[in-house]
Amino acid sequence: MTQLPAPNSEGLRARYPEVFNRPLSARLATPAMMLGAFGIFVFGLVDLDFSPARFLSGLRQLGWITMMMIPPDPGSSLPAYLVALGETLSIALLGTTLAAVFALPVSLLAAKNIVPSNIFRFPVRRFLDSIRGVDTLIWALVWINVVGLGPFAGVLAIAVSDFGAFGKLFSEAIEAADKKQVEGIRASGGNALHEIRFGLMPQVLPVIAGQVLYFIESNTRSATIIGIVGAGGIGLQLAEQIRVLEWQKVSFLILMILVAVAAIDWISSKLRFAIIGRRAVV
Amino acid sequence: MTVAVPILPSQQLAALNDAYRKAVARKRIRVTVAAAAFSAALVVAAIGAEVDLRTFVTKIGNFVSYFDRIATLEGGARVWSDIGEWFWGWRKWLSLLGETILISYVGTLAGAILGFALNFLAAENTAPAPWLRFAVKRLMEFCRTVPDIVFALIFVIAFGLGPMAGVLAIAIHSIGALGKQYSEIVENIDMKPVEGVRSTGASWISCMRFAVLPQVVAGFASYTLLRFEINVRGASVMGFVGAGGIGQELVVAVRKFYYSDVSAILLMIVLTVFVIDIGTGWARGRLFGKDART
Repeated sequence: MTQLPAPNSEGLRARYPEVFNRPLSARLATPAMMLGAFGIFVFGLVDLDFSPARFLSGLRQLGWITMMMIPPDPGSSLPAYLVALGETLSIALLGTTLAAVFALPVSLLAAKNIVPSNIFRFPVRRFLDSIRGVDTLIWALVWINVVGLGPFAGVLAIAVSDFGAFGKLFSEAIEAADKKQVEGIRASGGNALHEIRFGLMPQVLPVIAGQVLYFIESNTRSATIIGIVGAGGIGLQLAEQIRVLEWQKVSFLILMILVAVAAIDWISSKLRFAIIGRRAVV
Repeated sequence: MTVAVPILPSQQLAALNDAYRKAVARKRIRVTVAAAAFSAALVVAAIGAEVDLRTFVTKIGNFVSYFDRIATLEGGARVWSDIGEWFWGWRKWLSLLGETILISYVGTLAGAILGFALNFLAAENTAPAPWLRFAVKRLMEFCRTVPDIVFALIFVIAFGLGPMAGVLAIAIHSIGALGKQYSEIVENIDMKPVEGVRSTGASWISCMRFAVLPQVVAGFASYTLLRFEINVRGASVMGFVGAGGIGQELVVAVRKFYYSDVSAILLMIVLTVFVIDIGTGWARGRLFGKDART
């Protein structure tokens, strides 16, 4: 039986000084960062008025609310809720489509391989960034001022805020496209528009379609909440029922939202597989 | 040098052309049907969402002029001609912005800690029992499907008005979102170190600590920073329902038509979001190199 040589710790220490003799600053870096993060956390808890008593009484209240929610019951307003749900789905579909239609040409202007000049690209990118920096709910507030209360304001809010997101995502997809097809079109005498139409679009469209479907899905979620500020859909009903403490109706509405989102999830993942094939799904 | 391009005899060519035309026609029909179905869905949606192009056309001027109005001070001058007057409430707004960032920080961290605790139970390769995995996954799904602002609405009633409700809402939402992303990272790890650690007789916790954690910690931190960024946006509207932060001021300014205040607060929010975006992007690049920035 062979025996392993006894570990020679002195030799190991001498051979790997960077493992055994790390400077104190490197060894302390991680704990110091964690301590700092925890310090800010505690400061935040104090600054934001957290207190154990408040937390516990809130939890008791929450438990009571949960008890009141069971069983979920729409009362007599089920038809109204179904209409509101339809409204929400319509808002998501229309808003996303509008955003995609308007974002496509703009994203071409923001893509490096189409507009090589930094000077032209920079303002377009910053413009898209600032649109994205403003939350959908804020856009909803603005549009309510313009077209009045109701789902139409919601459509426009989703369209505008997604316009920023799509512009960025589409331009990234365009930048990632293969150059060879474009060069082929150019070599056979096509002009710039031909290059985009026949060289780029066939590569980019499936990616874009996947993203649009994904956004329809996530916008179903956003569309449920823009009703809270008055822009139509099921959020309006939900906020109202919470305000008047009709907990059974609240839990029913939440259940409806969950089911609707799951259904849209399922449909859009099927469609995405059909459009871009299983391998390309991210 | 001349190159002769071989041209097939016309009979062969006709057959090929025919097949090509048929294939194209089939594809065209499919696209047309899909487009028709989609347009029909759009029309139904337009009716459902009460789209009224007439209102839109008559009121679109309002949208443009809205930006004109929020760029004008009460005196009629442009906002940038008198910065002091424009940002008259900057002290209050800055402290509210600080509160917004703090809400998202505390919420994200609390959510990250709980999501971290739960994710090993939800990942396929580390879950101790199938029923537990199923239960944890459904719980996370619930947490992330219900929008955070709905949680905030309910928590405002349970915990009272104020930032506490916002923090808890963001924390709950982050548990769901981060827990899912964390568990996806864990599902992609190399299982050999885990087997190695288990073969020494280690417990489940030790396996997680010494075999799984070193592989996933960079990905976890990256997703957490990204979530923090998203939550700052989310926290900026928590005030709409009374859950703390700058949103309260904004909604009051919009509803009461304090136009120059709207632009001042919006500008501050957008700038803050930019700074956080750039800061977290820098931190992620710095911590994990370029490839971890997905």
